[in-house]
Amino acid sequence: MLKIVLQPDAFSRLGAKASPWLAGITAVLLTAGVFLALFVSPPDFRQSESVRIMYVHVPAAWMSLFCYTFMAAAGGAALVWRAPLAHMAAEATAPVGAAFTLLALATGSLWGKPMWGAWWVWDARLTSELILLFLYLGFIALNTAFDDPTRGARAAATLAVVGIVMVPIIKYSVDWWSTLHQPASVLRMSGPTIAAEMLVPLLIMAVGYTTFFLYVLLIRMATLLNNARIRALRQRQVRTGWEAAR
Amino acid sequence: MRGLAAIVRRDLRLALRQGMDSVMVVAFFVLATMLFPFGVGPDANLLARIGAGVGWVAALLASLLALERLFQADYEDGSLELLALSPLPLEGIVLAKVGAHWLTTGLPLIVASPLIALLMNVGAEGCGALVLTLLIGTTTLSLIGAVGAALTLGARRGGVLLSLLVLPLYIPTLIFGVGTVAAVIDGFPAWANVMMLAAIAVGALALCPWAAAAALRQALE
Repeated sequence: MLKIVLQPDAFSRLGAKASPWLAGITAVLLTAGVFLALFVSPPDFRQSESVRIMYVHVPAAWMSLFCYTFMAAAGGAALVWRAPLAHMAAEATAPVGAAFTLLALATGSLWGKPMWGAWWVWDARLTSELILLFLYLGFIALNTAFDDPTRGARAAATLAVVGIVMVPIIKYSVDWWSTLHQPASVLRMSGPTIAAEMLVPLLIMAVGYTTFFLYVLLIRMATLLNNARIRALRQRQVRTGWEAAR
Repeated sequence: MRGLAAIVRRDLRLALRQGMDSVMVVAFFVLATMLFPFGVGPDANLLARIGAGVGWVAALLASLLALERLFQADYEDGSLELLALSPLPLEGIVLAKVGAHWLTTGLPLIVASPLIALLMNVGAEGCGALVLTLLIGTTTLSLIGAVGAALTLGARRGGVLLSLLVLPLYIPTLIFGVGTVAAVIDGFPAWANVMMLAAIAVGALALCPWAAAAALRQALE
């Protein structure tokens, strides 16, 4: 395990082997999840058909927090052990997490219009999710803001670790403040309060989102690794060029 | 302790002798607030309702304006490196510099805030609440801002980047600051909001110097 985490080549081999499996599992899960969500699960007795937005919205919101936690953990590990792969994991996660956050905000807005009568309300959950989007954007901007890529990666990793204080605030915002957004109904101490016919497709979608994230993460990390290899080769080329000229 | 006091004295002296920072910050604060009566119309009731929020947002932007210079000058002329090499802990140095920065930019804002309350027709109780919340809140803003300023040292487009990093983290402080003033004006108990504001300040005081010092070490590497 340690070898895979520390050695880029071992990681590349593992990634090449795992990614087709992950792609297949993701395709099966998302197809099954969408089918169950759109055709099998019952309409809500108050929200009728528009409840089906939930199967896209809720897993996206979960993933937005999961990706941030993952990114901050990778960033923290990168700062402590100075592991380039951990930096790459954090860097590869940021745009994916930002996309999940944007998806959660957009689907939430589409859901809010028929249910609350407004595209956007300034309640605690929506506002804190918007802050999360800006944290992702700040991470991406800081990562590329320096001439020295290592300095950018380390600064961005520090920002990710600092921003982790927002994650519990977002998770519990609906419980701490009484807001328009409904409180947690799946991940709670006393068990879910959602009907099983709705819970099963929701969980299938959630697992599908997670495997999708892992699949994209592997692809993006492989790209970043190849970029780093190309950079190293170019630098070697320049050096040997100089030596030949001398 | 004496070394840290010396840093505070040095920064204050520098700010007094060469800097127009304090004046600029206060001028921006007043000017930015002044735009609102033009923007939304001079209706006294409307201004009284939005006055505290406008004052808070203007104070937040004004303190952001001064942040970029927190470590910049010392970083460019190399004295930050000497400070980091001194036997004082870097976290303490960060705290001393943030303290001096707050005295030269945060405190003038608080002194000027009754003027804002007057211009915006906020009233005596609202004015007291605005001063109190700014007193607690601007320390948090300076501490969080120090992390952002340290992270963006030497970055391209540092100023814009700094606001992108720092403004989202300012939002909780803003919410509880404005919440306190609104509660006081409407005659509701405001202590819960004040305590949340103070809790954020204490948390920032405990965590931000570490993060900012870590970021400074990366900048100096």
